[in-house]
Amino acid sequence: MPKSYPDLLREARATIREVTPAEVAQIREGAPGTHVVDVREASEWDQGHLPGAVHISKSYIEQQIEGAVPDRDAPVILYCAGGVRSLFAAKTLQELGYTDVASMSGGFQQWKSQGLPWTAPVVLSDAQKQRYSRHLLIPEVGSEGQAKLLDSKVLLIGAGGLGSPAALYLAAAGVGTVGIVDFDVVDASNLQRQIVHTTDRIGEKKTESARRSITALNPDVNVVLHEEMLVADNVERLIEGYDAILDGTDTFETRYLLNDAAVKANIPVVHASVFRFEGQLTVFKPYEGPCYRCLYPTPPPPELAPGCSVAGVLGVVPGIMGLLQTNEVVKLLLGIGDSLAGRLLLFDALEATFTELKLKRDPHCPVCSDEAVEARKAGRPLEVAQVGADAPFALGGVGGAA
Amino acid sequence: MSAVKIPSVLRPAVGGARELNVAGSTIGELIAALTQQHPSLRQQLLAEDGGLNRFVNVYVNGQDVRYLQGLDTPIEDRDEVRLLPAMAGG
Repeated sequence: MPKSYPDLLREARATIREVTPAEVAQIREGAPGTHVVDVREASEWDQGHLPGAVHISKSYIEQQIEGAVPDRDAPVILYCAGGVRSLFAAKTLQELGYTDVASMSGGFQQWKSQGLPWTAPVVLSDAQKQRYSRHLLIPEVGSEGQAKLLDSKVLLIGAGGLGSPAALYLAAAGVGTVGIVDFDVVDASNLQRQIVHTTDRIGEKKTESARRSITALNPDVNVVLHEEMLVADNVERLIEGYDAILDGTDTFETRYLLNDAAVKANIPVVHASVFRFEGQLTVFKPYEGPCYRCLYPTPPPPELAPGCSVAGVLGVVPGIMGLLQTNEVVKLLLGIGDSLAGRLLLFDALEATFTELKLKRDPHCPVCSDEAVEARKAGRPLEVAQVGADAPFALGGVGGAA
Repeated sequence: MSAVKIPSVLRPAVGGARELNVAGSTIGELIAALTQQHPSLRQQLLAEDGGLNRFVNVYVNGQDVRYLQGLDTPIEDRDEVRLLPAMAGG
């Protein structure tokens, strides 16, 4: 005998535990690990939802629940607008083997009418929804994550081999503000790897050239040009206000200056360097992981550390490393995944291998140790190994990414 | 014998080899043997006082020897030793 909708609803009510909005609020306080899943349509979710809930539309619940809640014994509360769709979705979860599933009676409408807290919607324009649709489909990004990216500011030190892929992918990802520090002009020898520039821009300023490529890819991005060489006198001003810095320079001098200022300003630096077929990559997250001086307390003398302009580099190597840097930046901005802080990733293009090395904070680091922080507070910063023109190992002021 | 991975920057000093098998029961002994076979590595790896240069890190099975026992870090056969100098290229 065919069943009617009231029959199905009765059956669902008989097997699914229902909890009131007030109970849900209480449960979440007592057990913060409880998964709350909003099963309404995307357009309803966009109008506002419970804070910390994940969105899986009822039509995708079978396909996506395992991704959001891998543990079938974890407590799950589903809600919709009025409490009916979530009841049927809960029944589906039970059939999938979830053992602790409840449905919130009265749904989001009742939640709101009882004055319980909900998150103000992030409003993306229709054009943004279309442009970033592949991000919006990922639960870990979604419209909240995309809004974070649009609100983020990333500084690229150098629009060269590492900075080029980074500039393009950060722009494509919708990072709201991309700052670029570079004082160089586009040279024909750059084009073998610096793909943000083009042949018809040889002789043009790299900052301007990068802006043209970024704007052509995504006009939403605000590009801030710093057409100057990063030096001790301007480094603090240049990095101020940025959420993350991507180090794509090609001199030790700039790398140490940047490190010291970024640690002081508590801004994470995503670091990479390349040589011929090899690359090194890590994240310097101030006070959580080591800094550049913990890794390499002093720079090598120049004759032992030739740069790309002397030793050469396979063009794809900075491309690969620059994109891995961009991946770390995007994760930092979204607050997802495990960062490379405390790990050094080596890439060998000839062997096609990645090797991971463990890094530690130097307890006596003159820049990031507790002792160094105290000394700075007291106005007597610890002495650091000097790098640059006055240093024992003078490094030609090459600057700008090779 | 331990396998020592030689990065590109140091390969000219060892005749282009990517990996060398070197004997030694500590990192210090291994580096002594290595620099004896390839004298031009000495300047790259060791400071004048005989300690490791601060711009070169040495890892045994992925761990920095500075946080193990430095040059006295014991090594066994089949341990992987990696020399890693700082690089600036971007």
